[in-house]
Amino acid sequence: MNVVVFGGTAGIGRAIAQQLAERGDRVCLLGRDEASLAKSVADLTARQPSQQVATSAVCDLEKPETFAPALDAAAQALGGFEAVIVTAAMFATQDALEADVELTRRLTTANYANTVTFCEHARTRLLARGGGWLTVLSSVAGDRGRKPVAIYGSSKAGLSTYLEALDHKFREKGLWVLCVKPGFVKTGMTAGLKPPPFAGEPDQVARDVLRAMDRKKPLIYTPGIWALVMLVIRNLPRVVMRKIGF
Amino acid sequence: MSTLAGWGRLPEPGTEHLDEDLERLTEGAVLSRGLGRSYGDSSLPAHAGDKVANTTLANRILSFDPTTGVMRAEAGLSLVNLVRLMLPRGWFPPVVPGTKYVTLGGMVASDVHGKNHHREGCFGTHVRAMRIRLADNSIVECSPDEHADLFYGTIGGMGLLGHILEVEFVLHRIPSQWIVMERERVHDIDAYLTSLTRAAGRWPMTMGWIDCVHRGASMGRGVLIAGRWATPDEAGATTPKVRADKAVPVELPNWALNPITVGIFNSVYYWSHTPKVTTSVMGPEPFFFPLDYVLDWNKVYGSRGFTQYQCVVPRAAGAPAVREFMDRLTKLGAASPLCVIKDCGPEGKGVLSFPTEGTSIAVDIPVTPDIQRIVDGLNEFLISTGGRIYLTKDRFTRPEHFRAMERRLPAFEALRDKWDPQRRLRSAQSRRLFGDKT
Repeated sequence: MNVVVFGGTAGIGRAIAQQLAERGDRVCLLGRDEASLAKSVADLTARQPSQQVATSAVCDLEKPETFAPALDAAAQALGGFEAVIVTAAMFATQDALEADVELTRRLTTANYANTVTFCEHARTRLLARGGGWLTVLSSVAGDRGRKPVAIYGSSKAGLSTYLEALDHKFREKGLWVLCVKPGFVKTGMTAGLKPPPFAGEPDQVARDVLRAMDRKKPLIYTPGIWALVMLVIRNLPRVVMRKIGF
Repeated sequence: MSTLAGWGRLPEPGTEHLDEDLERLTEGAVLSRGLGRSYGDSSLPAHAGDKVANTTLANRILSFDPTTGVMRAEAGLSLVNLVRLMLPRGWFPPVVPGTKYVTLGGMVASDVHGKNHHREGCFGTHVRAMRIRLADNSIVECSPDEHADLFYGTIGGMGLLGHILEVEFVLHRIPSQWIVMERERVHDIDAYLTSLTRAAGRWPMTMGWIDCVHRGASMGRGVLIAGRWATPDEAGATTPKVRADKAVPVELPNWALNPITVGIFNSVYYWSHTPKVTTSVMGPEPFFFPLDYVLDWNKVYGSRGFTQYQCVVPRAAGAPAVREFMDRLTKLGAASPLCVIKDCGPEGKGVLSFPTEGTSIAVDIPVTPDIQRIVDGLNEFLISTGGRIYLTKDRFTRPEHFRAMERRLPAFEALRDKWDPQRRLRSAQSRRLFGDKT
């Protein structure tokens, strides 16, 4: 399979790209840091059993004008692609966001408006070739309005709703849209935060994502235990949510 | 308060930072840490506020040349992933320790040795170059030709000269993915040492288990293991199954392992082997990493934690010294099912690297109120033989004992004076043994 991974130089995206390469898929990485892209391309090439060279193109989630050229470059490098995986996103703590309105504007724009824009570019290209996979990392933070992730979570809530609708609308045209809702995962993005119970590892989440893609699922929680945790949280009454700090 | 612990599960206050970007991660950090398999306090912070860099997310392979086997990778790449990727392609690291849950950076910092030390030396022997972040936050490349003193000081230097960012090393071509193993039951320590020396001449890989509880005429009885890579003819067409390592669900109670239960375990294990020499073909995982099959096997020692005492008794001190060491070990009552003995080849170039020509003995010791007395007793004898301990395993050695056994310490301290005069880089172990201030 030929796969484009946006945000595949670090975190969950890196683990996904590594596992794709290891199972023999061809990967084109999109990211903003050229030095890091070069290192990841070398890594994926070494991991590919037949050492097929991975490729990359520069793409910045905060610069929507880079989206179409990057996807075109990826299509050229791969000779067309069947799957697009989006793991790029911004993260900041609620405290940092409340202290900085500009950061709030940037984060909500990147995680919602720009991610949807990127997905639209990817969707039209995938549909034009008769379908494929569009896998996007949202978050459990979007499942409920919660105090510690009020702003970040709301950006992911909008994204999750969009992805659900895409699945409803385009599944019969052969577009398999997967919304991934990771719980807390120990990556550079969450560095400095105290891991809660059930914190996941990037490799484990990547395995879950690839399995869900193989099975053409529309939604997964990963690590799996978070499906249960969020089922409870989604059903807590407002008065309880208002009292608790979670 | 959050704590960090080594494999022996004795915690120190501290937290670790995670990041995929090693340069960002190690900026201002005073200690790097990988998968936390060093037993004692070498990967624990000297002070709770010290920035500890966990390198495990920095796992990229930066280049691999299939004609020469030279690989360059980020320091957090784990041996488990390296073996998983490269074994099916016919490559294997020239030296591996007894667990695959270690990072490249850790393998260099501890200058790990394996069953083939008498042939291949330590892992550091096969390292070509490294990229290192120094205490002053600058980043340099080092190799035998460039900053050679830093290069050889970092090999086995316990991370005290700089943070290892990238490692360039050589992988070996293997004739098959299988190991031919010979197993021999040996009735006492003298016979054991004779067999070990004989096997080392014929086999590239040797090691063995001994019963460190049993006393009397057959003290030091055990099982000697020797191995080599199988030829394609011996291996056949199949590939070894990739083993799923199992987690231990619970921690055993502290009393579970005591001299009586360990004595029973050891006897059963010893008598389960026939006196005849047996030969078998097996996968590399159970051969090189037998204990990894149980992921958290350190829990069997209970909540009290444990240490491993590993030392090398120099060849010059002779077999009587090893026998005397075993005698003291059994007398001190350091009962444990795990006691490993093997031959070491000549000392490598790592300034503080552990192995030297002689007999290496490693024994797990549960932490009891007696632990300091046991370690002191073993160290006092070890010093009289001219031997030394393995820092990667150590938690209880006294600084005065360390100084007495480590004639290379002034050379290492001179390197620290040059590369880290303010002693910014430090660990709980360097505080204890080198007297670093916090």
